[in-house]
Amino acid sequence: MASIAPNDSPRGGRWTLPDLRLACVLLLCLVSGLAWAFDFPQLTGRVVDQAGIISAASRSGLEVKLKDLEDKSGIQLVVATVKSLQGGDVETFANQLFRAWKLGEAKKNNGVLLLVAPTERKVRIEVGYGLEGTLTDALSQVIIASAMAPRFKANDFPGGIERGVDGIISVLTTDADEWHAKVRVRAEDHQGLFDLLFPILLPILIFFVFRYMVRSAGGGRRGQTMFIPYGGSSWGAGGGSGGGSSWGGSGGGGFSGGGGSSGGGGASGSW
Amino acid sequence: MTTTMSRRSAVIAVICLAGILSGCGYNTIPTLEEQAKARWSDVQNQYQRRADLIPNLVATVQGYAKQEKDVLTAVVEARSKATQIKLDVSQLTDPDKVKQFQDAQNQLTGALGRLLAVSENYPDLKSNANFLALQSQLEGTENRIAVARRDYIETVRAYNTEIKTLPGVIWAKTVFGSKPMAEFAANESAQKPPQVKF
Repeated sequence: MASIAPNDSPRGGRWTLPDLRLACVLLLCLVSGLAWAFDFPQLTGRVVDQAGIISAASRSGLEVKLKDLEDKSGIQLVVATVKSLQGGDVETFANQLFRAWKLGEAKKNNGVLLLVAPTERKVRIEVGYGLEGTLTDALSQVIIASAMAPRFKANDFPGGIERGVDGIISVLTTDADEWHAKVRVRAEDHQGLFDLLFPILLPILIFFVFRYMVRSAGGGRRGQTMFIPYGGSSWGAGGGSGGGSSWGGSGGGGFSGGGGSSGGGGASGSW
Repeated sequence: MTTTMSRRSAVIAVICLAGILSGCGYNTIPTLEEQAKARWSDVQNQYQRRADLIPNLVATVQGYAKQEKDVLTAVVEARSKATQIKLDVSQLTDPDKVKQFQDAQNQLTGALGRLLAVSENYPDLKSNANFLALQSQLEGTENRIAVARRDYIETVRAYNTEIKTLPGVIWAKTVFGSKPMAEFAANESAQKPPQVKF
């Protein structure tokens, strides 16, 4: 028993180079782990009710509204309730949850997260980069203070959340002319042209890639140009949310974020 | 014949070398450095945005609470001090400069917190729509600053680790002469957005 050294280190407590390197690696792991320090619920649908405060009827009504919003404008609005903020403040939690779920399209960052934490009595509207100009901090604050907090105070969570969602949607869609113009541009530019051409483009692309592979296998020289269409278009990032109508409706199955991010826009409140 | 051969082998050698270098993390250091610089400009933009909000806020508060002269002056002074200290991306490796910048911004955060706390005593001001809007914008900006800082700190940590560990340390010492960038001092409490109760 006495032969077992009290210290693992072969040189009796002195730090050796491998030890230091190991420490660095561990530190790196720790640092990269810190970014996602919370244990987030799964993004199972447009309404993620971990805290169990939304009634079934209210939930299906919300899901229809949220899907409708995304179909028309491409904006991904998700409602989340959590049992606990896990010791973090609501701003940090909401921002990291938003980023973990990647709400909104990658290029437009047009996602919004409505987070309710009934245990801590906190609510936050977290706005993606792309919508900060429309759903401003001040307007988010007004929605929370006037539509949500009073109902939460009276323990009417479904009512408060519904009114909050209505408020957010109405702000995001208020300027009717501009909004319709956006929809049209989206329909023509994104869906119409791209979706029409895609079936034609795909075989061509496959043909070129295939030919490139055959050539390079046979010692061909040129080929870099073949990858330009891939790098130049938005298929990689935006593909997940290009067609707003392709999401599964209620209950989850197939719903996911489109790669958007948020830089802390929006407002929070308590009740 | 021999010249074309040697030229061709030189080209091949360069290509192979490039492949080996990028495989050994040669590209990682400049990539991380650029990322950190970009994150830093986000941080600075958000601080600037806060500074831009202040004149309007001060004017609004003045209309209702002239007697709070000390608090108002403190905010104005802290703002002018904070906007004077600009931190260029090339100065990020200078811990003293970063600390100066940081201290000035923290001072402004403190002054703003006091101003908002004092505003609580003026019901007319508190119900002024302009003030409420400014207040929420200010809170939003403080939160954006917090997010931008967190993103910056993360990228700087990755960069600093890269230039201190293998294989990055080799390139950092021989080719780039990279110096670690200063992280923000752990002064998180001073960075909390001023809490305002309604």
